Amino acid sequence: MVRVDGKGSSDSLIKIRGLDKQYKRGGENIDVLQGLNLDVDRGDFVAFMGPSGSGKTTLLNLLGGLDVPTRGSITVAGDEVTHMSSGKLTQWRARHVGFIFQMYNLIPVLDAFQNVELPLLLTKLSKADRKKHVETALGVVGLSERMHHYPRQLSGGQEQRVAIARAIIADPTYLLCDEPTGDLDRKSADEVLQLLHRLCTEYNKTILMVTHDPMAAEKAQATLHLNKGVLVEASAVHAGGVA
Amino acid sequence: MKYAHLIFANLRRKKLRTVLTVGSFAVALFLFGFLAVIHKAFSGNLDVVGVDRLMVINKVSIIQPLPTSYKAQIERIPGVKLVTAQTWFGGIYQDPKNFFPSFAIDPETQRQVFPELTVPDDQWNKFVGDREGAIVGSKTAKRFGWKIGDRVPIQAPIYGGTWDFNIDGIYDNPKDGIDLTQFWLQAKYLEERKTFGKGQIGWYTVSLSDPDSAPRVIKAIDTQFANSPFETKSETLAAMTASWVKQAGNVEFLIMAIGGIVFFTLLLVTGNTMALSVRERMGELAVMKAVGFSDRFVLFIVLAESLTVALIGGLIGIALAKLMTLGGDPTGGILFSFVLPISAVVLGILAALGIGMLAGIIPATNAMRLRVVDALRRA
Repeated sequence: MVRVDGKGSSDSLIKIRGLDKQYKRGGENIDVLQGLNLDVDRGDFVAFMGPSGSGKTTLLNLLGGLDVPTRGSITVAGDEVTHMSSGKLTQWRARHVGFIFQMYNLIPVLDAFQNVELPLLLTKLSKADRKKHVETALGVVGLSERMHHYPRQLSGGQEQRVAIARAIIADPTYLLCDEPTGDLDRKSADEVLQLLHRLCTEYNKTILMVTHDPMAAEKAQATLHLNKGVLVEASAVHAGGVA
Repeated sequence: MKYAHLIFANLRRKKLRTVLTVGSFAVALFLFGFLAVIHKAFSGNLDVVGVDRLMVINKVSIIQPLPTSYKAQIERIPGVKLVTAQTWFGGIYQDPKNFFPSFAIDPETQRQVFPELTVPDDQWNKFVGDREGAIVGSKTAKRFGWKIGDRVPIQAPIYGGTWDFNIDGIYDNPKDGIDLTQFWLQAKYLEERKTFGKGQIGWYTVSLSDPDSAPRVIKAIDTQFANSPFETKSETLAAMTASWVKQAGNVEFLIMAIGGIVFFTLLLVTGNTMALSVRERMGELAVMKAVGFSDRFVLFIVLAESLTVALIGGLIGIALAKLMTLGGDPTGGILFSFVLPISAVVLGILAALGIGMLAGIIPATNAMRLRVVDALRRA
């Protein structure tokens, strides 16, 4: 169940309380997020929508431990993220977060297998175990046959599926998707959304997705609207519920 | 190493750029190796001659003679093991361009004082019994195609006329840095034929019982002949050789200056290349950080790339320099050494790695400090 009133249960997977984010631009303070509360349970698929500059990506960056809030707290599976040191945060990110970007952000000089393997290099898995994991992940995204293709040899949709395989390879606590279909044609976008939906329903993955695409948002169980840094509404309940 | 493929994949990204950077290192290290070979050729056997032998020359100059009577007096000084005399003969074979050092030597003590200049016993014995005999270094023999038994005419501009010698033996030593270019004739033969400077020799070489006694023996010798018509100046053979090298010009400075400029230029070129390489993939480095690679790892990976380029280029350059020396002395034997010293190989590789490290450190630090959010926004 996704809640935005700060009254979520204590066993919520993600708990955000009073989250503020301010930027300084030209001596002026800009409030990007203001007093944001959010509770997300394990296995939820949440879409964030809103106009440009509403703070969607900032929220995603904060949830991914890539940025620190001005005030407030983010707790993930009992770990208070907001006060972690940079080094700790890096380790935490490797264990808990899988990123999916709009532009896929694959390493062009590595083939699909090596791109997916990347997060596993941080683990103590043997080469054979890493291979097994990568083959499984690429199988899940339907790209077993393209294992040794380089990004330039793949279509946009395939590149994004490789990026999804990379995001899930280390079995993170949740996936953060920043406009995952923003650069794709409708057909590829549908395939990617289908895949994300499958990850949520079949593999119980928690997914938080920023999107401008209402059709993409429809795949999520809940859609939250951000405007000027405030979660102004929580509408479009597709499955589960939003309070 | 599980990260090696990341390093090599990045180096393959812009193949031409990598090849050119590796090439810059290879050229610079080849030049370094070449200069080291030349330096070795000039400094000669400094590290071979050691400090257990002294050279006693006329205080005025080495071209001024010393009396033969000094030998017995020097031998009596405590700490002196053996004394041998040598005299510059200045022979020319066919053409003045065909320079090689020629000395009149004392067969009784020469081999004991210079054991590193090895002559087989049978050849030596023949030489001792042959008034017109000569022993020649293997390099000079090879240079002129001389064989044992040959009779060679040597012009003697100092003593006049052309002197015929029998090549009775060839001295040799496989060790690097040994002067294998000398030509020896018997001192007695020179004494008989020369028309001036009778009873005089060029200089003495003194073998010591204990190298530590060198300062004391030097002082004793020079004191003994002080205020005589033939005052002496004694030094260890190593110090004497070093001062001759210095007279030939400050080769070491020249080499350091050329090497320094080349390496500095290389640093600028490589630094620029590495900076460009990192700037081009800030987005990728940000993704690596986002998936959990630490700041230190990113620093390491950029430095490792820089060091890999430096090492590969350095090894190629040094290997080329080594190959060049395998072709032999291009002067045909004038240089008594044409080898790439191991110390130069080690120093060259260390210098290449140092430049690789310096060239990579700023881009690597920038990559380490990169804020993921900023880089992803720009990507």
